[in-house]
Amino acid sequence: MSAVLFDVPGPKARTRNVYLNTVTVIVVVGIIGFILFRFYESGQFTAQKWEIFTFPRVQEMFLTVIGTTLKAFAVAAVGSLVLGIILAFGRLAEAKWLSLPCYWFTELFRAVPLLILMMIMYYGLPSVGVKGITPFIAVVVGLILYNGSVLAEVFRAGIASLPKGQREAGLAIGLSNGQVLRTILLPQAVRAMLPVIIAQLVVIMKDTALGSLITYNEILYYATFLGSQGQYGSPVVPGLMVAAVIYVGLCLILSGVARYTEFKMSSRVKVVKAKAGIAG
Amino acid sequence: MNVLLDNSQLFIDGFKNTGILFIFSAFFSLILGTIVAGMRVSPAPAMRAAGTFYVNSVRNTPLTLILAFFALGYPKLGLPEISFMNAAIVGLSLYTATYVSEAIRSGINTVSVGQSEAARAIGLPFMQTLTLIVLPQAFRSVVPPLFSVFIALLKNTTVAAGFSVLEAGSIRATLSDLGEPLLPGLLWVALIFVLLVLGILSPLQRYLEKKWKVAR
Repeated sequence: MSAVLFDVPGPKARTRNVYLNTVTVIVVVGIIGFILFRFYESGQFTAQKWEIFTFPRVQEMFLTVIGTTLKAFAVAAVGSLVLGIILAFGRLAEAKWLSLPCYWFTELFRAVPLLILMMIMYYGLPSVGVKGITPFIAVVVGLILYNGSVLAEVFRAGIASLPKGQREAGLAIGLSNGQVLRTILLPQAVRAMLPVIIAQLVVIMKDTALGSLITYNEILYYATFLGSQGQYGSPVVPGLMVAAVIYVGLCLILSGVARYTEFKMSSRVKVVKAKAGIAG
Repeated sequence: MNVLLDNSQLFIDGFKNTGILFIFSAFFSLILGTIVAGMRVSPAPAMRAAGTFYVNSVRNTPLTLILAFFALGYPKLGLPEISFMNAAIVGLSLYTATYVSEAIRSGINTVSVGQSEAARAIGLPFMQTLTLIVLPQAFRSVVPPLFSVFIALLKNTTVAAGFSVLEAGSIRATLSDLGEPLLPGLLWVALIFVLLVLGILSPLQRYLEKKWKVAR
């Protein structure tokens, strides 16, 4: 793939590559070193700023907020998948009164920023008298509406990428339109689209962090809260570092699953993959 | 309607700053993303590794955390002070650049092998193969995914509202201080975003896609 852009290096190119490698290593080490040096100089590594992370109470709280993040992620992921399938079926329905609203629903909720959706839920609805909207509900419903619409497009693209004969054969043996969708097209589409679907789940995981802006008590919210503790030297940078490590860890586990399934799938399924990836 | 008209200046200022955030971040992320994509296909292994490390680590970090770092963490490092606006532009550019680089890299892979083989056959070195032959063709096939990245960027600018940047996402906080009704105000913000995305960016995306379509 990318190896076609350059020839197999000869003696001259090898020397140049050694030179380029050295320069890259120096630049990267320089940048990382500079950042670490600034951290060190401004006292981000002092024991005082890290002491708070040694308290059992704080460590327990970190486990709790990882739990709340995972809870929002799990509920939102299941909800988005269900909504995505429903919307994809709606869009593929024969009846115009069903497919048009589903089309507008997906277009609309993909165009509104997720944070604004959450704000509408959390600040907007209570202001007109809707009661019982907790930050958790606002985060989860916002995530489901947005990612459900995105996943609907993914499922639709997956179904569109299947050979036409699949649907025709299903109809020919007397299945109804809905039965063909449910029992023939969807299972194949999900398989073809699994890497994209899991990539979208990683996006959901990352977007739970938006909840910190509407006071949902998750990892980032707690990290910034710790950062405001003056008596421990306001460990903002250490707090964010800990949060970053947790997020990257969680997302890498999910991405690892994605890569593994992609590898598993690509060796078995020979369906043309439609392009559908949405940047979070 | 009243909320919009009574506070028109607030909405205009907010969306003006959203536009500034969007344009500067799009510009910088396009440049940085192209460089990173070039690094990831370069002959030097260290450059490839550096590019891959950058993309994998930043793409798996929530944007909210990156912006929190630049807004809350950066001032503690004793470096030259930058405004919250510029901090948000830096954060958004660094984050979006990873998506741009992935889009461009997949575009590079769609350019047929014969193109770069021909370039190498006439003796062009890597940089010229990349910048004269492959990238110009890759950019064309990359227009639709790149536009999706920029649409996501436009929506992501609202996250900066959480970090003291006055823009579309922070209109709510100001309305709240003024005691204006929140739901209509927020719905107006949402509607303007829908108009920007579905009314301007998506049609532009389809137009450019059609105009620059390459027959392969």
